[in-house]
Amino acid sequence: MGYEGVPGLVETREAFGETTLVVDPARLEEACLHLRDEEGFNLLLDIVATDYLGWGQDGVAGYFGTAGGRDLNLPSTQGYSRTPEPKLARFSLGYLLIRLADESARVRVHVWLDEGEAVATVIPVWPTADWYERECFDMMGIPFDGHPNLVRILMDDDWEGHPLRKDYPIGGEPVRFSEAE
Amino acid sequence: MAAVVHRVPFVGRAPYAGSRIPQPVPTILKRDPKLEDVLTVNFGPNHPSTHGVLRLIVDLHGEHVVGVEAVIGYLHTGFEKTMEQKTWWKGVTYPARVDYVSFQYNELVYVLAVEKLLQLEVPRKATWMRMALGELVRIHSHLVYLGTSALEIGAISMFWYCFRERDLALDLFELVAGTRMHTRYFQVGGLAEDIPVGFYDEARRFCERMPKAVDEYEAILNSNKIWLERTVGVGVLSGEDAIALGQTGPNLRASGVDWDLRRREPYLAYAEVDFDVPIYAGGDVYDRYKVRVDEMRESVRIIEQCIDRLEEMQGEPWIADDRKVVLPPREELHTSMESLIHHFKIVTEGFRVPEGEVYVGIESPRGESGCTLVSDGTAKPWRVKFRAPSFAALHATAACCHDVAVADLIAVVGSLDAVMGDVDR
Repeated sequence: MGYEGVPGLVETREAFGETTLVVDPARLEEACLHLRDEEGFNLLLDIVATDYLGWGQDGVAGYFGTAGGRDLNLPSTQGYSRTPEPKLARFSLGYLLIRLADESARVRVHVWLDEGEAVATVIPVWPTADWYERECFDMMGIPFDGHPNLVRILMDDDWEGHPLRKDYPIGGEPVRFSEAE
Repeated sequence: MAAVVHRVPFVGRAPYAGSRIPQPVPTILKRDPKLEDVLTVNFGPNHPSTHGVLRLIVDLHGEHVVGVEAVIGYLHTGFEKTMEQKTWWKGVTYPARVDYVSFQYNELVYVLAVEKLLQLEVPRKATWMRMALGELVRIHSHLVYLGTSALEIGAISMFWYCFRERDLALDLFELVAGTRMHTRYFQVGGLAEDIPVGFYDEARRFCERMPKAVDEYEAILNSNKIWLERTVGVGVLSGEDAIALGQTGPNLRASGVDWDLRRREPYLAYAEVDFDVPIYAGGDVYDRYKVRVDEMRESVRIIEQCIDRLEEMQGEPWIADDRKVVLPPREELHTSMESLIHHFKIVTEGFRVPEGEVYVGIESPRGESGCTLVSDGTAKPWRVKFRAPSFAALHATAACCHDVAVADLIAVVGSLDAVMGDVDR
């Protein structure tokens, strides 16, 4: 089964029995419409935003610390057995799609974005994208063009920073109502 | 009582044609600005009938709901961020606390995802025990749903009956793992310990009792005029809208969509057990109740089959024999230097997981519960993301709340069965 017809397709990857389509962010909505209408992927399961800041750098193990945060930067592991494969940009957005039909299938659509780069909303394609996009905005600071209600969803409205970013300090946030504040 | 199977075509081409999903924001039902005498009420976040800390901003015109918006985040604990700081091995503790009502299933999805990255073979005894406990937690979760959502619309006695059986399910967890909830019994590679003596007998006793208990619940509710008035035709969600809003699990099957991952993409050993998938077509609160009640009976059937198989596996290993990943047996530590080293390495540094990104999705009591893991090849996850079925379930709040009274709103929210820990993570 091929996905060559997907607009803006950069490459197709197969790993762990899963298919990942890397798509040009500028043509994401077009690609999603194609996948829904031509390939029948009628349900959007999840949008996974990942921050790859510090990916593959020496001494980084799952956490990239900053001066502002507590120094948890020292890895508890002895580093990598081999350097991981470099990534295309800082952030990846993974759209997990499933086809609810007798011939079911799953696919992951990846778009790669640098900091501050926006991507088009897919609410017109799958209305369920509403909260998932808000979560990506809240946790990773990824802006979505055309989202009708792009506000924080899990954190407070006046929260500063995006907690799931790798440069977000751990233990560095002010403790509310403490003496220090 | 056999379920009538209705099927709807899997349409998704035009989510807005004939759909009741609000526009332009799919999760906010906006009131008509011309409407006068509208009272805006803050419902929650601390309210006895919101199943935890859910806040609803409700516009009321008399008793009628004319606008609704769900506000979440009050239980956000940052599990995903925390898990990035812990080794893969320590991370097993967290998923159970994400969805604390179907704790065993969340644990399962995480260990399955790590095993997928490791490409680790799990012994069959562990697979069948995982299935048995998974179905047990499904019964537990549906009992909590049934007890609390019936309580909220006035059937107080249901709460006592459901929690009576829930306690028996928790007793079984206690017997197996020593704790009643959040057992951490599933490990990467298999089970933490062998299945204790006496579990099979106790589980069989539970399986004997449970169908009778479900009959009792149905006897209380199915012909209860008040219950029917409060649930039939309330909070209707069509199959197309359910798919467009990302609904999975019982909420989807109550809208007439024949979709169950245990049947469609069998994981564990679901291909080898015999069970039915209950489907109802009404998409209302009553059908969501019926699906869950029928599922409890099916879960009992699956547990019985699991126990039959497990009894044949007496003396078989319950965890994979891979010393790089699995803790060595405790008694070996006194005699074997190698075992001591492996034990020390796994507990302190943790085991390393090959680089890659995987997703595993399984049919939890609330729908597709998924886990995305990204590994950079070290002993800690680079990224953990849970696909929370409750998060998706709450998307449908606004679409379900067309033409409902404020009292129905409680029935609707209860029937979607969102666990706030799962929503906010």
